[in-house]
Amino acid sequence: MIADDSLIAARNLSLHFGSIPALVDVSVDLWPGEVLAVVGESGSGKTTLLNVLSGRMRPDEGVVWYRDPAGSLADVHTMPAPALRALHRSDWGFVQQDPRAALRMAVTAGGNVGERLMAQGARHYGNIRAEAIDWLRQVEIDENRVDDLPRNFSGGMLQRLQIARTLVTHPRLVFMDEPTGGLDVSVQARLLDLIRSLVARLNLAAVLVTHDLSVARLLAHRIVVMQRGVAVETGLTDQVLDDPQHPYTQLLVSSVLQA
Amino acid sequence: MLETQALSKRFVLHLRDGISIPVLDAVNFSVASGECVALVGPSGAGKTTLLRNLYGNYRADSGRILVRHDGAMIDIASAAPRQIVAVRAGTLGYVSQFLRVVPRVPALDIVAEAARGMTQDHARETARHLLLRLNIPARLHALPPATFSGGEQQRINLARGFIGRHPILLLDEPTASLDAANAEIVITMIAEAKAAGVAIVGIFHDANVRDRVADRVFQVLPLQDAA
Repeated sequence: MIADDSLIAARNLSLHFGSIPALVDVSVDLWPGEVLAVVGESGSGKTTLLNVLSGRMRPDEGVVWYRDPAGSLADVHTMPAPALRALHRSDWGFVQQDPRAALRMAVTAGGNVGERLMAQGARHYGNIRAEAIDWLRQVEIDENRVDDLPRNFSGGMLQRLQIARTLVTHPRLVFMDEPTGGLDVSVQARLLDLIRSLVARLNLAAVLVTHDLSVARLLAHRIVVMQRGVAVETGLTDQVLDDPQHPYTQLLVSSVLQA
Repeated sequence: MLETQALSKRFVLHLRDGISIPVLDAVNFSVASGECVALVGPSGAGKTTLLRNLYGNYRADSGRILVRHDGAMIDIASAAPRQIVAVRAGTLGYVSQFLRVVPRVPALDIVAEAARGMTQDHARETARHLLLRLNIPARLHALPPATFSGGEQQRINLARGFIGRHPILLLDEPTASLDAANAEIVITMIAEAKAAGVAIVGIFHDANVRDRVADRVFQVLPLQDAA
């Protein structure tokens, strides 16, 4: 059954890599404006779930429905490739753990942001540049860095640039894969605050993959706990973290060091 | 405003051979608009467990937790997570003992963000007044509270809990880290909230505070452990 107002409804997703189960009968819903965290250890299938939800990877079984702004449902894995690419250019955004893989390192910061607008058909150079500068400002990158190449940016700046590049097209839904992974804790805190305020202000829906339970607690409304491809527990974030029911979730929660 | 029917809660510790610890058994509790009920009982009896169940933070094993939200009764024990998020946003406020926030956010923003149905300017102005009322000086408003004292953090938490003007407010030891003067301010704020029709459920270890704010007490008694 699919709710009338859900944005994403994935049903019975299964995927094997050889004999290794990456997803086992996983069903997930996401509503507009909602942040869903997918947590679990490495190898639990959380990034695979993200890739399947976003159409980047095809499941062996199951279906991912997406409701477009007009209200009609489309099967992400059977829609024509150009339609899926158009979704990724406009309605959806994807933030990868390694910004270097998403950004074009030989193109200026402003160019990286403006390029997404041009892919949507924007042609007026002055407007594109103005919007790029506005987004650099929103992710707290000084506007006099607009003509600099990203290779001179720090890890935290690169991640903020990737977020600006992702959000400039005003997506309704953002997929994030360990967006604060590999960053210093002080940089992480700043990025968390930025993501949290942008998500709230723009009323974004997001699927956030993280192995860090405190990141999930601060950003997510709901949480899915993955173990060996199975969604073992799902629910309200603070309920799952404070009153975990499944043995694996209890193990995860009790294994976190108290700072 | 809020009532439980035969609410039961046990903790099953899978990492300890699945040992089962019953904490609440068939609890029938209720609180009305404008009333303050204090949960009392020995340490470990389950007062905080009951409070956290009421908020949906702990999952009920059986029974119902009915909350009046937008004119209808919603059962927190069986509601979908999205409904609980909506009930918390609109109806159910909670002041925990410890402040848990994003590291970099200033105290004033933490409080202002919890306001409901106000413009941003109005929310910040209201937050400023509340913080000053709770004796958090203006020079601290722009700082993240991570380095604040325990009492200061608790007052940030209280400001965040009271600014939302929720129809139901759950308070877990709201005066535990406060000196007498600040506790007095909180007592006055609770009295004002009651006068405005807010239903309050609280745990107050300080008997003086409890006697002055509570209209009645609700006994939470320890259950016999049955593994």
